[in-house]
Amino acid sequence: MERPAKVIYLDHAATTAVDPRVVEAMQPYWTERYGNASSIYSLGREAAQAMASARATVADILHCEPKEIIFTSCGSESDNLALRGVAFAQRHRGKGHHIITSSIEHHAVSHTCEQLEKYFDFEVTYLPVDRYAMVDPDEVRRAIRDDTVLISVMTANNEVGTIQPIAEIGRIAHERGIPFHTDAVQAGGALPLDVNDLHVDLLSLSAHKFYGPKGVGVLYVRKGTPLLSMQTGGAHERKRRAGTENVAGIVGLATALKLAYDHAAENNARITALRERLIRGVLESIPDAQLTGHPTQRLPNNASFVFKYIEGESILINLDLLGICASSGSACSSASLEPSHVLLAMGIPAEVAHGSLRLTLGRENTEEDVDYVLQVLPGIVKKLRMMSPLYPGNK
Amino acid sequence: MEYSELVMEHFMNPRNVGVIEDPDGVGKEGNPVCGDLMEIFIKVEDDRIVDIKFRTFGCGAAIATSSIATEMVKGKTLDEAEELTNRAVAEALGGLPPIKMHCSNLASDAIHAAIADYRRRRNGSKKNESSQKTSEVPKSSEV
Repeated sequence: MERPAKVIYLDHAATTAVDPRVVEAMQPYWTERYGNASSIYSLGREAAQAMASARATVADILHCEPKEIIFTSCGSESDNLALRGVAFAQRHRGKGHHIITSSIEHHAVSHTCEQLEKYFDFEVTYLPVDRYAMVDPDEVRRAIRDDTVLISVMTANNEVGTIQPIAEIGRIAHERGIPFHTDAVQAGGALPLDVNDLHVDLLSLSAHKFYGPKGVGVLYVRKGTPLLSMQTGGAHERKRRAGTENVAGIVGLATALKLAYDHAAENNARITALRERLIRGVLESIPDAQLTGHPTQRLPNNASFVFKYIEGESILINLDLLGICASSGSACSSASLEPSHVLLAMGIPAEVAHGSLRLTLGRENTEEDVDYVLQVLPGIVKKLRMMSPLYPGNK
Repeated sequence: MEYSELVMEHFMNPRNVGVIEDPDGVGKEGNPVCGDLMEIFIKVEDDRIVDIKFRTFGCGAAIATSSIATEMVKGKTLDEAEELTNRAVAEALGGLPPIKMHCSNLASDAIHAAIADYRRRRNGSKKNESSQKTSEVPKSSEV
């Protein structure tokens, strides 16, 4: 098989290329309009105006007020600020020390919860998920205690793409007056994020997942939600997040988010069709393959699988040599030695979870890209299975 | 994660893949739950490994170490092969990423297990033939 001239990028859940229109919008803020948004002279005011306009754009998309938007340095910071900020503020008010989250959160949430447990005496309930990685809202209801101070459930899972019943969980949280956070990092740019429809009080976004720059994120915080700042200093972001603002990045984030939602319907339709072509093709051409995540309630761009008897990193290296960028929840493809906690939580056995492959589509992908993957992937899986002592076909 | 050229070469073109029908010794190391499992088959003549095959479930490093380790001991005496270490296998490949040194570098252990299995089988058959010499059975991992 000839390696194609271009790289076929199928890892949009990891990051995306910055849209040239976003680069253009950011351009003036490096060398011309470089002012500090806190300064009172015209250069500073220009920066402050650019930020105000970006904040209004984001607020418009989330259906909230601009002052409810905090700009951060990334999705992980947004998650950290939401969890610690609310947990500490709530405990300070004597509300308790119990947190509810799911067992399939991104590490930005799960490791923060683990730290709050281990070093700060919070108690955390990790909700189970079903075999599609779906959280049951009734489980949330059952887990709530009088001392529950925060609920955090992701909008859509980064590994298997399952979209959670956020609005339902939000209603339950609000009945009990408990702040509700959602990590919407994977959903940003694709799914509707009206914070009132979703009944959320805090919501995290990251620009580089929707064709914006790396190094800038958003935390939406509903007015009245208790939040202790985690980074103290100046009065930036209404005293909720100190530090000179990344003006170019913030302009880039807002431009990218607006572009994404201006074209969300057509992009989602086109990418969902590619996803279905890919899923169908893989399941038809590769035996002992299983789609992971929910068959329909999933992100438009996520096609994730497990292939029995082989290991994910081996698949990734083979794909890479053919010019295809993909990812895996395999232990061996990550810095940890554990297979994906998401796949394990879904009840997939560890030895099968090691054979996971995640393909996440994006704007620039075409049917030809999908067909090329379908042309080469069955051969890769077959070759690795021929080497595997686990493959029954070898006995 | 950066692999050396030699790791990539062995991963893409592994030597000695397969099984030996009627092997003289079999060794298994690792655990599929942990993501790595190696199986080594040897054929022995005059205390020398005359043929060796492997099958491996695992990452790039697991497959490459299996491949080169089989090359390193093929034609060697059992005593020589027993001196092979996981470190020597990694060095022969031009090094491995640190995180792979332990989990994915089991080939020499699997080879040692295959040799121990061979010796156990031979001692066992000697014992059956002459019902003498119980001597020490070399300790090995389960096959």
